[in-house]
Amino acid sequence: MDCQQAKYLLPGYIDRELDLVHSVEFEEHLEGCSACKSAHEQQQALQSAIGGASLSYRAPTELRKRIQSQLRRVDEPKMTWNRRLRSNSALATAAMLLVAATWAIGHNWAGNKSDGVIDQVVASHVRSLLVDHVADVASSDRHQVKPWFSGKLDYAPEFDDFASQGFPLSGGRLDYVNRRPVAAMVYGRRKHVINLFCWPATSERTAPIQLLDRQGYHLAHWVKSGLEFWAVSDLNTTELREFAELLQAAGTDSAAN
Amino acid sequence: MQDTERASFEEAVLPHLDAAYNLARWLTRNEADADDCVQEAFLRAYRFYAGFHGVNCRAWLLTIVRNTCCTWLQAHRARKPTVTFDEEMHSTASTAPDAELLGKIDRELLRKAIDELPLEFREVIVLRDIDGTSYKDIAEIVGIPLGTVMSRLTRARGRLQHGLARQLGSES
Repeated sequence: MDCQQAKYLLPGYIDRELDLVHSVEFEEHLEGCSACKSAHEQQQALQSAIGGASLSYRAPTELRKRIQSQLRRVDEPKMTWNRRLRSNSALATAAMLLVAATWAIGHNWAGNKSDGVIDQVVASHVRSLLVDHVADVASSDRHQVKPWFSGKLDYAPEFDDFASQGFPLSGGRLDYVNRRPVAAMVYGRRKHVINLFCWPATSERTAPIQLLDRQGYHLAHWVKSGLEFWAVSDLNTTELREFAELLQAAGTDSAAN
Repeated sequence: MQDTERASFEEAVLPHLDAAYNLARWLTRNEADADDCVQEAFLRAYRFYAGFHGVNCRAWLLTIVRNTCCTWLQAHRARKPTVTFDEEMHSTASTAPDAELLGKIDRELLRKAIDELPLEFREVIVLRDIDGTSYKDIAEIVGIPLGTVMSRLTRARGRLQHGLARQLGSES
């Protein structure tokens, strides 16, 4: 065995992961090589330093509780939906018809106008209010809403809670816009509901906040960190812009952290 | 999923929460991010649990945790340019601290030196030296052949020694 080989086998020897033949050969080499012998001593000392320093992090108790309650919540939607179907199928059918009808109208709008996406976003906002299906996961905790989306989307939506600035997060839901499943986050402002949609942008170019009106609703649009954002509400444009600016600034913070 | 399924998951997977958190905390180098990643990993694990028929629940979970962290890091952090490490130049015996000096290294110094390692070295040091994971499990978790585990540990430890030597040198 030469020094190069010994150097390669050193961790395995220290960790007792070598087979007997290699261990014996390694020891024989060490006997006759002072350089490798001191390398061995150094690594051994490093190992005991690491071992004695207790460098493990323990999971916070809060995290354990949060995970457990989240697992329960993952199971819930299916159960409640089934129960609702069984107990009141007429209402469920009516709700589904309404969804289908609004969807069809939405499609018509999309077909007539050049900006199909805008109309889809507005339609989605209206739909969420019509069938009282604003949120799939109702929570003001960003740490509960965010993981809920994982596995349902092929990207990570960017958002924050702005309760202290008067725009509390009230939940999130999955929607279907522009031929893809998208994240819709729901915020409140007094009695107004703001639907915030985001999905991966087609280009990396950022775009500043743009305000527009459609069917009596106000929209704000911007592109940031490869994500396209749409905020829709019947809220006045000044406050909607304020909301958009908060989000835009927050996006910068979390990207820099 | 039924209550029995969840009970079975909690019994088999939840005991590895500390190991999961430890790995995530070292990989993300941040408490809040480790929290988010572990939560996400557990939800993901729960979703895949019905299809998991292996016996090594710990390695399986840690694989998911590692992947979640890597995805998270890619999405949230601009990659810093890493200085390529030249073994021949950097890890010669003269730059490594001797055994006596290593005995004096305190916890914070070690923590800092490990934190400064690039991800691919940090993860094997954390899995092996802090968590005591077997080479076979490391191979599975990191997704590298068994032989690569050993060579990566060689390089990681060399680099850690070098980093410690530099810090000890700058202190004295």
